[in-house]
Amino acid sequence: MNLAIRDIRYHSGRFILTSIGLGLLLGVVMSMGGIYRGLFGDALAVLDATKGDIWVVQQDTNGPFAENSRIPEDIKYRIRAVPGVAEASPLSFQTIQIERLGKPFRFFLIGYDLNGFGGPPVIVAGRNIRQKHYEMVVAKAMKMAIGEKIHLGLHDYTVVGITGKVVSAGGDPAAYVSLADAQDIQFKKDNDAIRNDRERIGANLAGMQNISPGQAKFLQQNIAAITESTHTVNTIVARLAPGADLHGVQERISRWNHFRPISVEEQTKILTKGMIEKARMQLGLFRIILLVISGVIISLIIYTSTIDKIKVIATLKLIGSQNRVIIGMILQQSLLMGLIAYFVGYGLILLTYDKFPRRIVLEAQDLQGLFVIVMVICTISSFVGIRKALKVEPAEALGG
Amino acid sequence: MYAIEVAKLTKIYGKGETAVTAIADATLQVKPGELVAILGPSGSGKTTLLTSIGLINEPTHGKVVIDGITVADERWLPGLDLKRLRREKLGFIFQAHNLIPFLTARENVMVALEINHLTKNEAKARADELLTSLNLGHRLDNYPSALSGGEAQRVAIARALANRPKVILADEPTAALDTENGKNVMALLKQLAVENRSAILVVTHDHRMVEGFDRIFTVSDGKIIGEKINGNTSTSQALA
Ligand SMILES: Nc1ncnc2c1ncn2[C@@H]1O[C@H](COP(=O)(O)OP(=O)(O)OP(=O)(O)O)[C@@H](O)[C@H]1O
Ligand SMILES: [Mg+2]
Repeated sequence: MNLAIRDIRYHSGRFILTSIGLGLLLGVVMSMGGIYRGLFGDALAVLDATKGDIWVVQQDTNGPFAENSRIPEDIKYRIRAVPGVAEASPLSFQTIQIERLGKPFRFFLIGYDLNGFGGPPVIVAGRNIRQKHYEMVVAKAMKMAIGEKIHLGLHDYTVVGITGKVVSAGGDPAAYVSLADAQDIQFKKDNDAIRNDRERIGANLAGMQNISPGQAKFLQQNIAAITESTHTVNTIVARLAPGADLHGVQERISRWNHFRPISVEEQTKILTKGMIEKARMQLGLFRIILLVISGVIISLIIYTSTIDKIKVIATLKLIGSQNRVIIGMILQQSLLMGLIAYFVGYGLILLTYDKFPRRIVLEAQDLQGLFVIVMVICTISSFVGIRKALKVEPAEALGG
Repeated sequence: MYAIEVAKLTKIYGKGETAVTAIADATLQVKPGELVAILGPSGSGKTTLLTSIGLINEPTHGKVVIDGITVADERWLPGLDLKRLRREKLGFIFQAHNLIPFLTARENVMVALEINHLTKNEAKARADELLTSLNLGHRLDNYPSALSGGEAQRVAIARALANRPKVILADEPTAALDTENGKNVMALLKQLAVENRSAILVVTHDHRMVEGFDRIFTVSDGKIIGEKINGNTSTSQALA
């Protein structure tokens, strides 16, 4: 006969309520673990989707995600020529926040070479971008319909396809346009600014004594072309040929002086160690605090329920119960409370995780770890009750 | 051989100025099958005598022998498994029935059997048999809160008897009952003493209940001041 269960069955109300309350706490603990895993997944989403081997960025930067990086687009030709490189494709990234339906609308715009790689990893509805201009593929999370238009920079862009769950390191959903469009959106000046610039260059050149008007005209056109050029990208991603030597290729590119070739492994470290380490510590701290609170609650409940049972415990001792019968009763109640709470929390998180604003990733390993921790906490929490119970004298069973 | 042997038992609570001598130099013996009463005013030390015999209170002086086993000689003998002795040799019945509130009548009896290493099925069979013999066959699945005082006391008696103890110690088992139920419980104890050959020591200050006893000890101020033998039973005559 299991005394722990009999006792709980007899006054189940308090026990169940406490277990559910604890379950809510554990649900929060689980969601925080899930948020951390989600942060991790988000941080690496674009990196993983691109499937590159080397990310070439501006020298001395940790770009293109953690830091700004700008490099000329045409460096892709030089990278493609490096032995061991199979393909290289430029990418442009920018975070955009506009108004849509009267609300701030934030997303991460990725520009990719339509003939290269780094575009949408999957198309779940509609089609991929086919035309060089004014077409756009958006992440499902942006909740845009195919055919919808939005105004970015100087032009309107039409949604032609929907991709899956791609997000920026900050958790913003991603949208894709052609590289040329992305460059336009990022760098292109409006017509007034261009006219002003041209006039200023012309006026400066006209003031120079020793050049002819023909030379001045030629110079003005060249200078204007450079200032109006939008052929800048944030990174060029290289994929290596099978069997190519990663370090060899990296070494070769770094010798050019103006660029930093970051391997996927290094990029992962930059993203996880640098960008989400603080969030991890913060979430970890909250989880520890919540677990400690759970432990205190369990201790209190087990302690008070032991106090309520002093007479029962004394009677058990009087009729000759072994200590293990009494310890077992208290410990099992504590563990059962943890067990119920754990599954309440787990059920809660299963029901709600896809409704969280940020991605929650539940990993079996995390959940199992938490289970073990909860059981350990329950065991420790029952000690106060057990200590009290062991001190009860059988004589306390006598009298009213 | 005696079931209970107490020699020069003294129990002093506390120390120094606040010390209370609850039992002083008490000597008594009870044979198997005897039903013996301890009578005396409140505070005279009746409960203390019972708990000292029942391995609940450690004596200050004197000797206690239960079913041939010396359990105390000046103090509890070292190395004794008191819990085991309590569950194997002793049965307790109290004024307040002391049933476990979250167990049914049957389970209250079963728990005493299971801690004495009976299997669940054995315990259940024995509990049902005992309770049925105490006219509680229709109350097996009731919680104590749903039992009358007399029924609850009979469940407590069933629990005390569960492991067929050699010694049953009862502290005012009829105090919470009306006369009728009280008489029934006394008759039951008498029957058990005879049938099971248990020594039954009953504390009472209820003079209505003294008829059925083989012997009656009177306690006052911690001392046994008198012993009356009911002449009509063979055991008491043998003792006299
Ligand atoms: N745990 C204790 N500590 C100190 N003194 C105690 C303790 N238990 C009992 N006493 C004292 O010992 C004396 C005998 O008490 P006991 O309970 O044995 O009397 P009793 O005859 O059973 O009384 P009652 O008829 O009221 O139950 C009393 O003076 C009581 O105050
Ligand atoms: Mg008493």
